[in-house]
Amino acid sequence: MIKHQYNKKSKISFSSAMLYLTIIFLFVPLFVVVLFSFNDSKGMQWSHASLFWYKKLIFESPSLWSAFKNSLIIAFTSSITATFLGTLAAIGIKWYRFKGRNYITTISYLPMVLPEVIIGISMLIFFSAVRVRLGMFTIFAAHTTFNLPFVFMMVSARLDEFDYSTVEAARDLGANESQTLRKVIIPTIIPGVLSGFLMCITMSLEDFVITFFVSGPGSGTLPLYVYSMIRYGVSPVINALTFVMILGTMVIAFTFRRFLKTVAASS
Amino acid sequence: MKKVLKPREREQLLGTTYAFPMGIWFTLFFTIPLSIIVLYSFLKRGLYGGVEWEFTLDAYRQMFNPSFAKVVIRTLWISIVATLGSILIAIPCGYAMAKSKYQTILLFLIIIPFWTNSLIRIYAWISILSTEGFINTLLIKMGILTEGVQLIYNNGAVVLVLIYMYLPFAILPLFTTIDKFDFALLDAARDLGATKLEAIVKVMFPNIKSGLSTAFIFTFIPIFGAYTVPLLVGGKDSTMIGNIIVDQVSKTRNWPLASAFSMVLTLISLVGVFWMLYNGKREQQQTKKTTQQSLELNIRRHHLRKVNSK
Repeated sequence: MIKHQYNKKSKISFSSAMLYLTIIFLFVPLFVVVLFSFNDSKGMQWSHASLFWYKKLIFESPSLWSAFKNSLIIAFTSSITATFLGTLAAIGIKWYRFKGRNYITTISYLPMVLPEVIIGISMLIFFSAVRVRLGMFTIFAAHTTFNLPFVFMMVSARLDEFDYSTVEAARDLGANESQTLRKVIIPTIIPGVLSGFLMCITMSLEDFVITFFVSGPGSGTLPLYVYSMIRYGVSPVINALTFVMILGTMVIAFTFRRFLKTVAASS
Repeated sequence: MKKVLKPREREQLLGTTYAFPMGIWFTLFFTIPLSIIVLYSFLKRGLYGGVEWEFTLDAYRQMFNPSFAKVVIRTLWISIVATLGSILIAIPCGYAMAKSKYQTILLFLIIIPFWTNSLIRIYAWISILSTEGFINTLLIKMGILTEGVQLIYNNGAVVLVLIYMYLPFAILPLFTTIDKFDFALLDAARDLGATKLEAIVKVMFPNIKSGLSTAFIFTFIPIFGAYTVPLLVGGKDSTMIGNIIVDQVSKTRNWPLASAFSMVLTLISLVGVFWMLYNGKREQQQTKKTTQQSLELNIRRHHLRKVNSK
């Protein structure tokens, strides 16, 4: 009898060794920074453990916190707008034929695949051509634009599994369009909508390049603040901030652990 | 009385109501800005930034200036090396993840660094590689070095950090396609006498082509348009196209030239995307055939088992 060794290997295979090494590679730099966030002195010479930089981060960094506030405002407003517009558009494009359908479908994938620099520069030139002052509004518009494709794509993927006959059944039973939307369609596609929203929040909090172009005085977000810290004088406060941000990312990812596979499939 | 619409009109109305808010948004904040870039790349440069309304191909001519040409070539080789590096690492990773029982945990581990702020990740590498950084401090303490070595601000550091940044972009699509792959086909191929490597290259690779092209495009395009990595960990000779564009907009204030370079990036990205879509479509057309083949292989495998157990 031939024994099939394929699925039952006891020793570690090449591929899983590579995977573990890769995960170590991905985490080592972050780990080093987190480790030194607990270092009492500046620099990479270890003196002794302390929470000094965390104290500094929390109590003595007002401009960092106001940048974080801007980041949160932008993240939520742009994600809500993008989720709303993107979900509706996905429904319309999936089920109905209408004029302009091809244009909207094509245009909805492009912002996702073009380099960020292009989106940033084109928006900067656009805003200055129509004389809109750079600030919170321009950042909001830019973030909504690069977030929309993700919502659109994730909701579309969810709609692929949706049985249209349930919509027809609802209509036959006398539901009007808005009732069908609220009571039949939305409850079924909510996982897609939520993972889209989650993706938007993380993308928005993370974005530096596009924000860098369309921000004005006083509208700096957290990544912009981090950038200025890196360029003009690094303080170990940034190490402490790293740990806090990694924890935040973990909380978001853990809350939405059920959708991680959807996220992987669409990126 | 409510007007009764014909089905066709009703569809038009519903589709428009649902999809047009997004359509208008994209037209305003994406199509129009991009069209302005196209337009500006053919205009004359204004004295203090901006443009003058006069048609010229000056911007495109300036691109062939040797100092810019060098940057374009460098951008190409850095992007190709970093992309191939990422994909070579990502294939075994995606394979191991697809076969693993702990997919959610592994996804979690790949996604955490990926979602952590990109500047923070670059900063982490700066603090590891710089002259007073982690590696140097460690080596000096161990007595291997007497003074710090410059590990950062060169093209090697740019490639390394780019791979670090964009590796998840390669792993995730590869994992998704390999996860859908029927591993029984590999067993079948081996039953028919293929070695493990042959089975993977000849049976699995053709089946995950769409994942491979997606991984390639989704790593290549952002790397090709990279701006922050060469700026923060690169040296004087690590400038990439992204840096030229930004410098032309903010420092030199030559908007037509910045627009022309943006056009190049956009066109290359679009070619890549259409190639990827084309691959995906072809694979869909082939799926029918592959399912049939897999069925055949399964039957053969079943027979082999029966023969062997007798």
